[in-house]
Amino acid sequence: MTAQPGNDAFVVFDHVQKSYDGQTLVVKDLNLSIGKGEFLTMLGPSGSGKTTCLMMLAGFETATHGEILLDGKNINDVPPHKRGIGMVFQNYALFPHMTVGENLSFPLEVRGMSKSEREERVTRALDMVQMGKFKNRRPAQLSGGQQQRIALARALVFDPKLVLMDEPLGALDKQLREHMQFEIKALHDRLGITVVYVTHDQGEALTMSDRIAVFNDGRIQQLAPPPSLYEQPENSFVAGFIGENNALRGTIQELQGDKALVRLTNGELIDATAVNIRERGQETTVSIRPERVEFKPELMPRDAHTIEAKVRDVVYMGDILRARLCVAGQDDFVMKYRNTLGQVKLSPGQSIRIGWHPEDARALDPV
Amino acid sequence: MSNPLDPHAAIVTEAAGLDQGGMLRTADGQPLAKALARSSRRARRRAFFLVLPLLAFVLLTFVLPIGQMLMRSVKNDGFSAYMPQLSAWFEANPDVTEPDDAAWAALAADLEASAKDRTIGIVGTRINYEIPGTRSLFTSAGRKARGGIEPPYREAMLDMDEEWGDPKLWGVMRQASDPYTANFYLAAMDRTRDEAGNIVLAPEEQRIYLHLFLRTFWLSLIITGTTFLLGFPIAHLLATLPMRQSNLLMILVLLPFWTSLLVRTTAWMVLLQQQGVVNDVFVWLGLIGDGQRLQMIYNQTGTIIAMTHILLPFMILPLYSVMRTINPSYVRAARSLGATSWTAFRRIYFPQTLPGLGAGALLVFILAVGYYITPALVGGSSGQLISNLIAMHMTQTLNWSMAAALAAMLLGGVLILYWVYDRLVGIDNLKLG
Repeated sequence: MTAQPGNDAFVVFDHVQKSYDGQTLVVKDLNLSIGKGEFLTMLGPSGSGKTTCLMMLAGFETATHGEILLDGKNINDVPPHKRGIGMVFQNYALFPHMTVGENLSFPLEVRGMSKSEREERVTRALDMVQMGKFKNRRPAQLSGGQQQRIALARALVFDPKLVLMDEPLGALDKQLREHMQFEIKALHDRLGITVVYVTHDQGEALTMSDRIAVFNDGRIQQLAPPPSLYEQPENSFVAGFIGENNALRGTIQELQGDKALVRLTNGELIDATAVNIRERGQETTVSIRPERVEFKPELMPRDAHTIEAKVRDVVYMGDILRARLCVAGQDDFVMKYRNTLGQVKLSPGQSIRIGWHPEDARALDPV
Repeated sequence: MSNPLDPHAAIVTEAAGLDQGGMLRTADGQPLAKALARSSRRARRRAFFLVLPLLAFVLLTFVLPIGQMLMRSVKNDGFSAYMPQLSAWFEANPDVTEPDDAAWAALAADLEASAKDRTIGIVGTRINYEIPGTRSLFTSAGRKARGGIEPPYREAMLDMDEEWGDPKLWGVMRQASDPYTANFYLAAMDRTRDEAGNIVLAPEEQRIYLHLFLRTFWLSLIITGTTFLLGFPIAHLLATLPMRQSNLLMILVLLPFWTSLLVRTTAWMVLLQQQGVVNDVFVWLGLIGDGQRLQMIYNQTGTIIAMTHILLPFMILPLYSVMRTINPSYVRAARSLGATSWTAFRRIYFPQTLPGLGAGALLVFILAVGYYITPALVGGSSGQLISNLIAMHMTQTLNWSMAAALAAMLLGGVLILYWVYDRLVGIDNLKLG
């Protein structure tokens, strides 16, 4: 992947590398271009280099190699306070010795704005996050969700073109997190700002982003909009990291264009779509989403290879049922099916035949 | 829900158990507060028994001795206990300034008895506190009185020494006949009583204490300031360096704690004296001539340098413990919001270190105010602090009442400063670690 800085590229990472100790690279050759007004999420497990990238963009870390461009200008040597980038921190970083109003006023003060203008902007920013009444409170007197809103308002109050968010919702409970996801997204749409969002929560990434960059091992594994990331993962890491995934090991038996026939470890054959497969006889991991697995013959795509499966247990989850199956000697295969009226009851020990559309089974690199 | 956007804002109120008067009651109708007090009484009693040994220890080793010592500052029965008849006469004749025959007789009788009991020295010492040089008057009178004093007593006494007729002496004896006195406090404030009993400033050459108090507080302030200036960057380094380096630095900070105070102070003598290492280096560098070696010890400079060094850890440790808890993202946030590193430090970082700074400053100041060994060794005459004078009264002049009065004033001064600190900064903001 190479970044192609087009006209709308607002932030560009050009062959950026980062090492802390001179021995290992935390970020290995990062190329990424972010469009103006885009909501880009950097998603990955901890230690994957995503936060380091954000910190380099904010100016708190220097790139060991490569260039970072903001609005066409190299910002490698620009100190953080001159970059004009708003940032929301993981722990909110609201100044504890200042009131909410003073917190919001701080970026305006250091920019030398007049008192009346500061007042006006602070009020506007607080109203934007529906926190107008809390101007004279201290951060410690606010709940986690309220602090989150204030942190957001503070990052936006000086009208930055780019806002960075470093796992901003990590400390909130599930319900509030989902609500704040919605709010942040709405603010992004309304203000037209560019957002770079770092998280390790894939659900968060899928809900909010225009595009997601999946990080692992200091590299971007895949950069794509949420649907294609989920439905068309390009390698086993992405398939396993985003959503629930079944991984079946096998070797390529036949290969015709992107159609592949895979022989599983127990000798059974299945259809799959070849993604990063080069030749016959290659080892592969076939990735299938649990909700794309079928077990009723009438729903099975025509000509699909079906294989034998043994039900181990079924978990009732309300809207869906989740069956754990033993398939091709692997007993961690999961199938999800809708909880409809008159749904077939599966019981442990039962043998069924399962199958899927070949497009839903993606033959990827071996794990 | 008042705020549909934030479930946290919703407060569930429990209305159950509220009676008409608004008082909360338990299920069986007892007032809730009473039930709560009863249920926690057992735990409280157990907790009290657990701290009882410590309480007894503190009471026995701290409160009692200090109380007794402070008592001495207002009570001294060195005269009244051994001169009972004269004391009785003073009490019976509160307005008579001129001693009559009965007074002279009482004095002679008391002197005779006191001389036989060998307590005349104590009596003399007590009066000597007020009028220096009078102890020998009593002891020599005691020697002569052992053979018995014949009336007329007035003439007999004056025959021994003209000074017995001095009205000032009689005034002092009258004051000393009451075991309770504020005179030691007056003396500690460089005040004295004239013959009529009015409080006046002591003669110029005897005014030492106020000056010394001022010097003690002033030097302590300077030492607090220097420990702050030196300790702040070190504490910051300690809090921000990677673990391995900061551990090493921490050992260097704590090293003085593991070295004897005397060794450290003596080391400063070696370094700072006129033929010492520092002066040698200055001369070698050509900064000063051999004849202009600096006097850096046995004066205030020596006291300041040595005490700054000794008290530095008390500033660094509270500062460090506070700085360690300051998340680096605060400064980062300030920087990302457009603040220069200086502004971020001044507006964001420094204010958050105030609890540690307050604790460190208070600790260093209070320790400095009462410091004794170091100024005694390196202070010379100009670097002596009030504690050195207290020690002198304890060990040399044996005027424990004076020592107690000075110590009580020092304690009072520190308490006042503590109160001021509480009003300005707030004791709740104090963080010792």
